[in-house]
Amino acid sequence: MSLELKNVEKKVGIDTHIHPTSLKLEKNTINVLLGSTLAGKTTLMQIMAGLDKPTSGEIWFDGKNVTDMKVQKRNCSMVYQQFINYPNYTVYENIASPLAITGVKDDEIKQRVGKVAELLKLSAMLNKKPDELSGGQQQRTALARALVKDSDLILLDEPLANLDFKLREELREELPKLFEDRDCIVVYATTEPSDALMIGGNTATLLEGKVIQYGKTLEVYNKPENLISAKVFSDPPMNIAEITKRGDNYKFTDNNVQWKSSAKIKDGTYKIGIRPHNITTYKEGNNSVEINGKVQISELSGSESLIHFTNGNLNWVSLSNGTQQKNVGEDTKLYMNTDEFLYFDQNNRLVNNG
Amino acid sequence: MNKTINQKAWYFVIPVFVLVAFNAAIPLMTVVNYSFQETFGNNVFAWEGTRWFKQILLSERFHASLGRQFAFTFIILLIQIPLGIAIALTMPKKGWGVPVCLILMSMPLLIPWNVVGAMWNIFALPDIGFLGHSLNAMGFDYNFTQQPGDAWFTTILMDVWHWTSLVVLLSYAGLNSIQPAYYQAAEIDGASRWATFRYIELPKMKKVLTLAILLRFMDSFMIYTEPFVLTGGGPGNTTAFLSIDLVKMALGQFDLGPAAAMSLIYFFIVLLVCWVFYNLMMKNEAQS
Repeated sequence: MSLELKNVEKKVGIDTHIHPTSLKLEKNTINVLLGSTLAGKTTLMQIMAGLDKPTSGEIWFDGKNVTDMKVQKRNCSMVYQQFINYPNYTVYENIASPLAITGVKDDEIKQRVGKVAELLKLSAMLNKKPDELSGGQQQRTALARALVKDSDLILLDEPLANLDFKLREELREELPKLFEDRDCIVVYATTEPSDALMIGGNTATLLEGKVIQYGKTLEVYNKPENLISAKVFSDPPMNIAEITKRGDNYKFTDNNVQWKSSAKIKDGTYKIGIRPHNITTYKEGNNSVEINGKVQISELSGSESLIHFTNGNLNWVSLSNGTQQKNVGEDTKLYMNTDEFLYFDQNNRLVNNG
Repeated sequence: MNKTINQKAWYFVIPVFVLVAFNAAIPLMTVVNYSFQETFGNNVFAWEGTRWFKQILLSERFHASLGRQFAFTFIILLIQIPLGIAIALTMPKKGWGVPVCLILMSMPLLIPWNVVGAMWNIFALPDIGFLGHSLNAMGFDYNFTQQPGDAWFTTILMDVWHWTSLVVLLSYAGLNSIQPAYYQAAEIDGASRWATFRYIELPKMKKVLTLAILLRFMDSFMIYTEPFVLTGGGPGNTTAFLSIDLVKMALGQFDLGPAAAMSLIYFFIVLLVCWVFYNLMMKNEAQS
C-alpha cells in the first residue's frame, strides 16, 4: 500500500497553487507536510483525499490510478484545524457516523466506537453534544471519527492549531501512538517545525506550492538539501550570513569573526545557516567561536531565552537554555557552535553534507 | 466607606423618558382609556368597565378575523420558510452571480408596501392585469375582487413575492457562515445531499431561521397595507385580517370603545406569541 503523486499540478485561474509535485508515501508511515500558511499544504491534502482534482498529473493508490475516483469511494478520513463535528449529534453518534453511513451493524458500531472513545478519553462524554465540550474534547471527537473507520489514508490538517498550549502538547504526544499499530498512511500538515520533530516519521518541506525536500524528518532537519528547506524547518528563523573560506580559515564577510573547520568544501564564498539554538550565551561543543553582540530584544520563556542582537550590520537570533537575563542595549558575548553550521553554495545547495 | 452620592446622571435619562412617553406610553394609554369607556365625541365619556373586552372576545366577527389572521400567517410561513431556504441553497456562493442574486432578492423588500398592494392589484385585474388576464385566457375563472378563493390566492402570492426574499437573505447569510470543512467532512463520510442538509446546514441555520420565523410571524400577523390596497378586505369580509377589521371598526363604524379593546387584545396576542417564541428560542439556546 502506498500513495503516489505523479507530477501533480493545481492551477486556479492564472494562479498556480501546487507546482508539479511527485511524492511517494509508504504504508504505515506518518508524513508531515511542513510549511507556512499558503504553502499549499491543505490543497495538497485535498488532492490526496480526492476532494479536489489536480489540473494535471496522476494520483496512484495501492498500484491503482485513483485520480478520477470520488472521495466517497476512497477510504480516507480527515481532521481539520476547526473542530468539525455534526452539531446536533451526540459524541457517540458523531463517532459512529462514518460507520452508520456504510451500513456497519449496530453491535459492531457500538464496540468500535467504545474502543476509539476509550483511546481518546471520550468515554465519559459519549452522550454530550459537541457544543458542550471543550475545544480539546471536540477535536478528540473529530479525531475519533477519523480513527473509527479503518481508513487507508488519514489526513490531519493542522489539527492542533486551534487548541491552547497545554492541550496541544498533550494531544501532540498522543498522536503518534494512536497511529502506531494501524495499517494506514498518515499525513499531518503543520506550520510548526517543532510539531514535525515531535511526530517524527517523514517530513516534506513546502514553500509556495512546491515540495522542497522530502525524507526522514531528522535527515531533513539535520541535512537540509538547500537553504529554503532549512529556512522552512527552523523556528525561530534561521540566521543567514555570507562567509569566505580560504584553506582552513573561515570568516564572516561582514565582520572579523573567524574560525577553523574540517568541513570538506572548496575555497570561496558561501552562505551560512545557523539555527538560533546553536548561538548561545555559553560555550557548547568543542568548536565554538565567540561573537560580540548588542542586545536588541530579550525574551524569556521560562526554560529558554531568546536574544536578538546585532553585530556590525548583521542581525542575529540566539536561543539559550535557562533564563539568561540580558538588558536591551547591553554589549554581550555569545558563542556559536561551528560544528552545527550549514554551508550553502551560491545556488543555495548544502555543501557540507558529508 | 464614604460614598459620594450623585444622582445627576438621572438627568440623562429624561430625554428617553420623554421620547418613550410620547411615542409609546401616551398613545397606548389613550387606547386603554377608550377601551373602558363609551364616547360620542366632544370629550364626553361614560364608564363601561370591561364591557367592550367581553363583547370583542365573544363576538363572532372577532373570532372570524382572528381565524383568518392565523390561517394567513400559518400559510405564508409554511410557504415562505421552505421556499426561502430552497432558494438560498441554490444561490451561487461566489462569482458575479452573488451580487446579481442579492440585488434581485432585495428588490421586493425595497418597494413601499402600498405600492406592492397597488402593483398586485393592477397585475391581478381579470380584464387588464397580466396575471388576471392570462389566467382567464388559460381557462381559469379567476376574479380576485369577487371570489374569496382567488382573493386569498392573490394575497398569499403577493406576500410570498414580497417577503420570501427576507427568508432567502437570512438563510443565505446562515449558509455562508458554514465553513467549507463541514461539507468536506460530510463528503468524506459519504453523506448524501439530504443528510448534509439535515445534519449540517439545517442545524447551522437554526439561529437565523428562528429569527426569520419570528420576523415573518410578527410582520404577517400585523399585515395591513398590502391587503388593504389589494382587496380592501373583500370580497365581503373574506380577507379582512385583524388589522383591517380593526380599522373598519374604529374609523368606518366609529366604534371607538370596542375598537380600542380589540387593539389591546390584538396587541396582547402578538406580545404573547412573541414571548412564547422568544422563550422557546432561549431554551433551545441554553440546551445547546
